[in-house]
Amino acid sequence: MNKRAVFKSRWLPILFALPQLLLIFFFFYWPATSVLTWAFSLEPAFGGAGDRLFVGWDNFRDVFADREYWQSVALSLVFAFTATALSMFIAFVLAICVDRQLKGSGIFRFFYIWPYAIAAPAVGLAFRFIFAPESGLIAVVNTWSPDLWNPAKFGSHAMILVIICFAWKWIGYNFIFMTAGLQSIPRSLIEASSMDGSGPVRRAIDLQIPLLAPTLFFLLVLNLTESFVGPDTYGIVDLTTEGGPNGATNVMVYRIVSEAFQGLNYSGAASQSLILIGLIMVFTFIQFRFVERRVHYK
Amino acid sequence: MKHLGVKFAAMALALGLGATPALAEKVKFEFWHGLSGDLGERVKETCDKFNASQSDYEIVCTSQNGYPETIQNAIAAYRAKKNPAIVQVFDVGTLDLMLSGAYIPAKKLMEDNSYKIDWDNYFGGIARYYADSKGVLNSFPFNSSTAMFYYNIDAFTKAGIDGAPQTWEDVEADARKLKSAGFDCPFGFSFDSWATVEQFSAIHNQPIATKNNGYDGLDTELVFNKTKVVDQLTFFKKMTDEGLFQVKTAQLGMDVVPAFASQTCQMIQSSVADHGTIGKTIKPGTKWAVTMLPVWKGTERKNSLVGGASLWVLKNRPEAEYKGAAAFLNFIAQPDMVEWWSTVTGYIPVTKTGFDAMKANGFYEKPQFAGREKAIESLTYTPAGDLTRGIRVGGFPQIRKEISNAMEGIFFGKMTVQAGLDQAVERGNAIIRRFEKTYAGQTLN
Repeated sequence: MNKRAVFKSRWLPILFALPQLLLIFFFFYWPATSVLTWAFSLEPAFGGAGDRLFVGWDNFRDVFADREYWQSVALSLVFAFTATALSMFIAFVLAICVDRQLKGSGIFRFFYIWPYAIAAPAVGLAFRFIFAPESGLIAVVNTWSPDLWNPAKFGSHAMILVIICFAWKWIGYNFIFMTAGLQSIPRSLIEASSMDGSGPVRRAIDLQIPLLAPTLFFLLVLNLTESFVGPDTYGIVDLTTEGGPNGATNVMVYRIVSEAFQGLNYSGAASQSLILIGLIMVFTFIQFRFVERRVHYK
Repeated sequence: MKHLGVKFAAMALALGLGATPALAEKVKFEFWHGLSGDLGERVKETCDKFNASQSDYEIVCTSQNGYPETIQNAIAAYRAKKNPAIVQVFDVGTLDLMLSGAYIPAKKLMEDNSYKIDWDNYFGGIARYYADSKGVLNSFPFNSSTAMFYYNIDAFTKAGIDGAPQTWEDVEADARKLKSAGFDCPFGFSFDSWATVEQFSAIHNQPIATKNNGYDGLDTELVFNKTKVVDQLTFFKKMTDEGLFQVKTAQLGMDVVPAFASQTCQMIQSSVADHGTIGKTIKPGTKWAVTMLPVWKGTERKNSLVGGASLWVLKNRPEAEYKGAAAFLNFIAQPDMVEWWSTVTGYIPVTKTGFDAMKANGFYEKPQFAGREKAIESLTYTPAGDLTRGIRVGGFPQIRKEISNAMEGIFFGKMTVQAGLDQAVERGNAIIRRFEKTYAGQTLN
């Protein structure tokens, strides 16, 4: 029965994995340990290793005692879940439409993936001009009723703005995977169900979503992680709202970068990023523990 | 395989031999700065002038596109021992450098390399920002500015206003006249603490922090929630509610400088360094002018604070590079270079001889530069006193952010002026305490 070829050597697989392992070591584990030493000391900007002060859990205590930090955690959660839900939902609708081979779907399939190729800061800059309340393209809505749209003034509007930016960019990415997934579903299944009289929505809910579950789960994990800690989130926030107004979009990743590099507070930022790494681990664990159970791989 | 190795060795040898004589010719050293665009080009020109002026050294100037980026990259490079010889650091980064132990003091560098610099030639208000407690310069003042008040003369004439506003009472009266003459935004302001909080405090002789704004110790505490700043922001808030003052930020779509240049707003406060930009971007033929920042009636005006950046010489470089660095710093301190630099940029001349040379040449009488001398007047209005030397407070870039955060809360109706300032002070003090702990045991020399 066992016809699989098995590599006997224990070293060969490791050898193949070595380049990747080295990369992870140098670009992830090594920096992570430096962060560890900073998080438990007070690191002066220009270094000065000899008089590095060990302060135990002080940095973490400061972070946890900061009311604004918890606000930032809450904002990050709101941002991550809303942006993920929005971009996945829209991408799914688009993918279904393209999969139905509606008129012009070839061209749309081509265009829908473009946004992902644009760097987040460029997206942020473009959206800032489009959504600027006084001089942007959207300014016209404020002539109907003053302050109908004002992300510089209202925190909720600012949050909507960064969510739209992020979702717009990530729709393209999600779209690629979903389209590929939908195309791998046998046509006969879809055709059989249409002959049974089910419409597109029913087919999507009963057939396509369950069959697409592994792809959707993968995208869910990726989108949540990316929106929570990703460089795209930083780039978009930095160029649209700069965390404002009055801290309303000061998500964790933006807070960490601006504290470390603008405030030169390396230790405070290091302890915050350790907490963030911890949160991401919990997040991912929950997703695998509870969501993946409902996913059926073929 | 062996053959290839020999080949490589030979190539390396050839390269090495080729490189040695070139090194002996000129000593190369690096200068990182944060200016970009038009100003970045001017820095490059400065470097080219230096390289053309002598044959011993070659300066390589690299823009890091922004002040915060420059200090961040310099820190990363210094930690990796690959730092440039000279780095430009913005005003509020001064304390970080002073406590870093990573620099060679300006005076020592010049003495070691036997250059004679007349240190008294620097304007006191500028030099004292970058000097230690004994008045000895740590870094070289390079591009200096201060905040000014810009107003549109055409709009003033149309509204029947004569002359520049001297006091905030004048500003209010003028704003009312402009409003009734049909100008929608008489005065525009942003949430930048530099003009509204810091410069305002200096010229009204109000402390921003205890211990003479931090000059006398790291155990300083912010106090601007108990000074005239409260009244000033209350006044701003009242004017904003009446529609006479308007918030102009990049997030809203337009910052104060474009708002003035597009004649959307008729009065603003901004750096004198924007004088050139406004002159270039405002509709030709428009009459506008700058004047010193207004004070409240009955206030005894003090000098304003210097802004901008200075040049620091970092450790860790070979001795030969410091000779080059000293030669470069000496070069840019010459009166003709000071004059050229101020002419092409809009920054103010940092030395008295440079200023005199510009005055003698009739620079300030040329219509496109008229008014820039008011920046010098503002900076030297009184000798720099305990509260007008500068701000020596740790983590100040972050504190500025707390202030603008609070201003967003205040002007967008989330909190009262007092509550906003209290919050900024409380959060700012936490930043200072952390800074103090980080540099525990060190004193300001």
